Amino acid sequence: MDQTPLPQINHQHETFTEGLLLDCGTVLAPLQIAYRTYGTLNADRSNAILICHALTGDQYVAEQQPLTGKPAWWGNLVGPAKPVDTNRYFVICANVLGGCMGSTGPRSPRSTGSEDLWGIDLPPITIQDMVRAQKMLVNRLQITRLFAVVGGSMGGMQVLAWASLFPEAVFAAVPVATAPYHSAQNIAFHEVGRQAIFADPDFFGGRYWEHGVVPSRGLAVARMTAHITYLSEAALTRKFGRRLQGNNALSPVLFGERFAVESYLEHQGSSFVRRFDANSYLCITRAMDFFDLAADHGGSLASAFRGSRTRFLLVSFSSDWLFPTTESRILARALNQVAANVSFVEIISDKGHDAFLLDEPDFHRTVAGFLGGAAEAAGLK
Amino acid sequence: MRVDLELIAGMIEPNTRVLDIGCGDGALIDYLFRTRGCDARGIEIDMAEVTRAVAHGLPVMQGDADNDLVHYPDNAFDYVVLSRTLQAVEQPLEVLRQMLRIGTRGIVSFPNFGHWSLRWQLLSTGRMPMTQTWSRMWYETPNIHPCTIRDFFDLCDAEGYVVDQWLAADEAGRRAPWRRARLLANLFGEQGLFVLRKAVGPSVETR
Repeated sequence: MDQTPLPQINHQHETFTEGLLLDCGTVLAPLQIAYRTYGTLNADRSNAILICHALTGDQYVAEQQPLTGKPAWWGNLVGPAKPVDTNRYFVICANVLGGCMGSTGPRSPRSTGSEDLWGIDLPPITIQDMVRAQKMLVNRLQITRLFAVVGGSMGGMQVLAWASLFPEAVFAAVPVATAPYHSAQNIAFHEVGRQAIFADPDFFGGRYWEHGVVPSRGLAVARMTAHITYLSEAALTRKFGRRLQGNNALSPVLFGERFAVESYLEHQGSSFVRRFDANSYLCITRAMDFFDLAADHGGSLASAFRGSRTRFLLVSFSSDWLFPTTESRILARALNQVAANVSFVEIISDKGHDAFLLDEPDFHRTVAGFLGGAAEAAGLK
Repeated sequence: MRVDLELIAGMIEPNTRVLDIGCGDGALIDYLFRTRGCDARGIEIDMAEVTRAVAHGLPVMQGDADNDLVHYPDNAFDYVVLSRTLQAVEQPLEVLRQMLRIGTRGIVSFPNFGHWSLRWQLLSTGRMPMTQTWSRMWYETPNIHPCTIRDFFDLCDAEGYVVDQWLAADEAGRRAPWRRARLLANLFGEQGLFVLRKAVGPSVETR
């Protein structure tokens, strides 16, 4: 199977020569943030919605991905007359710091004009760092208050970080299928993926580009492991069951026959390798692992939102075992503790964590209605 | 909107903070927001209702009176409303305590088990009464703590709650004429509606 990386293209971006002081204490300069916008910013610049993408997502939230040619990853939620209506709202989506679609990340040079890339030596990035970088972009677009910040999974973590770091700049927040911290189980799954990458002979200590290779097997295994956690048992069973690929006769060769689910995962792994950078994967999974809003506020999650006037919509999915409803409820209760304005819905779905990306009419109705109500409260026409 | 919710809305001052527990599809909070400028929010146990309410742009969260009130800070609301739900909660006394901790005033409505028709049914048939409110068989009903208007007055005395307003209403929620005579209200009122506050406490009258 073809695992050669897709060609790099020049993504729309902004450069910040002053750079950004990271949580780890290093100043990352210059800083480049790649992004896309959809719709029109209104005269008083009050209708902007920032969409935060998940671990392996990118800024192409509402259009065809230029490298893979795949449809928009949130095209069913964001677009004209969609729940996040680009006829009404101005939508911004940025590639996260540490990413590999044009924002500063492991593929970026260590300094302006340098030939040497960061690779695995990129200073550790936190979810908050990603959010501060997005804030710089939002500032540059001369937007002082975002009407809403919306995101699922890691994107949801960014939404929470936005609401806690810049409460005055977020009128409404929609964290979907997420949690205020990355659980030990989630870290464990990430670690399996990272170890697969480290174990790949083509990894070369993270400087694989110098050898003209990528650690494709390791990265593919990482993706396969992660992909299982995005689905539910019911969804996997419905899609594949125990079906064998080809004929059903037991082959005399141990791996002569393959289960349909095996081929599916392999396909997921190899198509991922073509579009994603292994060092970015290491960098971003680490950012998620370190996310713990309560720990950042002396152990009190509620403190992260004290005095908040942001309107929150929390959404969880009933079969999501990666970010289960119990974690959204912890968040809801922390927000109750500071008397924040909270809506909280668990969408009944058997599609697992992935449900936030799929066609879930109740989810879409909920988001559309919440944004509509918030727009009314914000006096947005 | 349900007629009894209109009665409740009439007891709420404009521009106040309101929490409606068991808010259903959010009709009351919608009304309070649109006509009275209230910052009104809801808690509802039934997820389908929550989804419907949020899809209408109303701030509603899934949760229940027994487990979720404890998470709110003191005096977060001016009014906490519990309409037709008290009889279905697990810990009515605790729910009332929490209501008057997080809110300055509590508005409580409940079906009056002391109504003459229920008394008559029990007396004449010897079986659990059935009315529009008590419409399910005893083994299916979510109502686990039925009470009468008289019982509720006793509870308020015992817990030290001041009844600011009270009235009896008919099934539809229309105000009943015997609102000042407790015994008659208990016999002829199909619902009781109470506005309560704590007897002591420095901030009761400040808002």
